[in-house]
Amino acid sequence: MLGTAKGEPVMSVAGLLKRDQLDVLIQTLRARGYRVVGPRAKSGAIVYDEVSRADELPVGLVSVQEPGRYRLEDSGNGRLFDYVHGPESLKRFLFAPQETLWTVEQNGEVRFKETLPEIRPLAVIGARACDLAGVSVQDRTFLKGRYNDFSDPYYATRRENLFIVAVHCTRSAATCFCASMNTGPRAREGYDIALTELEDAFLVGAGSAAGEAVLADLPLQPAHEGEITQAAQAIDAAARSQTRRLDTENIQALLFNNLEHPRWDDVAERCLSCGNCTLVCPTCFCHRETDVASLDGKESGHQRQWDSCFTLEHGYLHGAQIRPQIRHRYRQWLTHKLAAWIEQFGVSGCVGCGRCITWCPTGIDLIEEVNAIRLPAALRRRHGAQPEAKT
Amino acid sequence: MNAVAWSRNPYLPHAAQVVERVEEGRDIFTLRLRLSDAGARAAYRFQPGQFNMLYLYGVGEVAISIVSDPDDPGLIDHTIRAVGRVTQGLQRLKAGDALGLRGPFGRGWPVEAARGRSLLLITGGLGCAPTTSMIHYALQRRESYGALTLCHGVKHPGDLIYGERIQSWCAAPDTQVLLTADKGTPEWRGRVGQVTQTLEDIAPEMFKGVAMMCGPEPMMRAVAENLLRRGMAPADIYLSLERNMQCAVGHCGHCMFGGKFICKDGPVFSYTEVSALLAVKGL
Repeated sequence: MLGTAKGEPVMSVAGLLKRDQLDVLIQTLRARGYRVVGPRAKSGAIVYDEVSRADELPVGLVSVQEPGRYRLEDSGNGRLFDYVHGPESLKRFLFAPQETLWTVEQNGEVRFKETLPEIRPLAVIGARACDLAGVSVQDRTFLKGRYNDFSDPYYATRRENLFIVAVHCTRSAATCFCASMNTGPRAREGYDIALTELEDAFLVGAGSAAGEAVLADLPLQPAHEGEITQAAQAIDAAARSQTRRLDTENIQALLFNNLEHPRWDDVAERCLSCGNCTLVCPTCFCHRETDVASLDGKESGHQRQWDSCFTLEHGYLHGAQIRPQIRHRYRQWLTHKLAAWIEQFGVSGCVGCGRCITWCPTGIDLIEEVNAIRLPAALRRRHGAQPEAKT
Repeated sequence: MNAVAWSRNPYLPHAAQVVERVEEGRDIFTLRLRLSDAGARAAYRFQPGQFNMLYLYGVGEVAISIVSDPDDPGLIDHTIRAVGRVTQGLQRLKAGDALGLRGPFGRGWPVEAARGRSLLLITGGLGCAPTTSMIHYALQRRESYGALTLCHGVKHPGDLIYGERIQSWCAAPDTQVLLTADKGTPEWRGRVGQVTQTLEDIAPEMFKGVAMMCGPEPMMRAVAENLLRRGMAPADIYLSLERNMQCAVGHCGHCMFGGKFICKDGPVFSYTEVSALLAVKGL
């Protein structure tokens, strides 16, 4: 166990796994019945896909991320996890993009049958601190608890069968701001195993009993003080390298007191209302439900699929639109994500992953939008007490 | 909330049957439903102001408030305007037809907070439907509530529904009904004008009780501002709101109103909770 100078939570360390032994982790998980998913380079981005061997993982790639831009580039080294992240979080593994909730037969009467997902344990390798934070935020939406009277049995089934191999980030993308959201780059909780990538090995720790059991099957070597310090320093360096920072001070009042701020018109000029930000967001949970009837009309499937508050249908009521203009829809998204979420779930809906900035086709940066709304207030505070200068 | 006392899966409807279908007006009808499963029927209870999700086979679900008597939960009435795909399909159902029902959902009218106080109900158009079960509830516990006044406004006299029901309320003890239409006709015996104008003719004591409103949002804002001018406290003014709903349990995100989920935090809110939000367009 190790505490850092900044008083960060301790990191549990079980030992070192040589990089060329990473395949043993994958094979151990597979032998235990897990379908194993990890990072793969596809169509110019890192996405999650099935992996059966460690040599399928992308080597020596970094993502270069900016507002509206994502490129994979060769790093020239043999590291596996410097890519930071791609468009996908863990969201689709728990909250399926599209699934049938139930089917119904019609034959004079109606008979409903729930269609819960098949229980198949899934292990995801490469989840980041922001992604774990995203899961913890979505748990509050979909699992029964203080903020929610009803568990979503589809989400809950997948949640119970998910094994997470997290990677503490030792590199940040330019759009990352998890440090300011207090969610990363160190994964604090919610993982089964966590890795920190060193030169030719991973520092490995368990975060659950299931994780400990898997680690017991791995050829771990003892970790020395030097390696532990090196790992902690690498994570701290990733945090320090982040240049973006979301100022969340008093953000509920800030946004809800500025619902008619001219900045909403300004951002509406740039926003295409495409919904990319909601799709890549680890916490956006909106979904719509539709029926798909069989051709013979005897059965219908009630499906849900991810929806976005940027679609016109989202606010449809009695043939009218509640949020007809883009300014209404962007305002809905941002005020919900950063402010209303706190009222609803006791936590921000933003985990600081920066995906909405990277994957916005016009490069809208929510931090800039918040700052633009905050700035006049800050200026007023700074100058407010002073008498006006005489001219 | 007992919605899921009889179902682990909050999204899964129960089979129900149309017992009776009543034409209320042009494109407005009431479906009287009965849950098909005896166990589900026995467990079903609702509070005035709650709603159900009705499922039309092969088409989808729609949120509809319950308009019947909470003391008789075996028969569940829903008054519906045929305006969208699901409601137009529901319009074609006949007695004996099958559909799905899940619920009840949401927070209804403040039956406890209003106990012992006078009740001022102000409704517009089809907004009279969600308050109906509250009226039934109060009239069956007449001694538990003070005087009851219903102010109901419609655009055209032909839009008025529940004629017989309203007549029976007029005859109830300590109960007053004021009807108004934006435009009158020679046959119209009610007032002519906006529903806010009916407030002029109400005994001042009514403004010391609890107000419950349902109707178009601009109407409810106008009424609330009027009631505040008459000295009512914002916390004594309640209103029922409506938004697109798909899940009814706070999971789908469609009914959000600022930080509120209308499906689970509402549909009934006190004016204190939502007045600032109601003033904003496009929220």
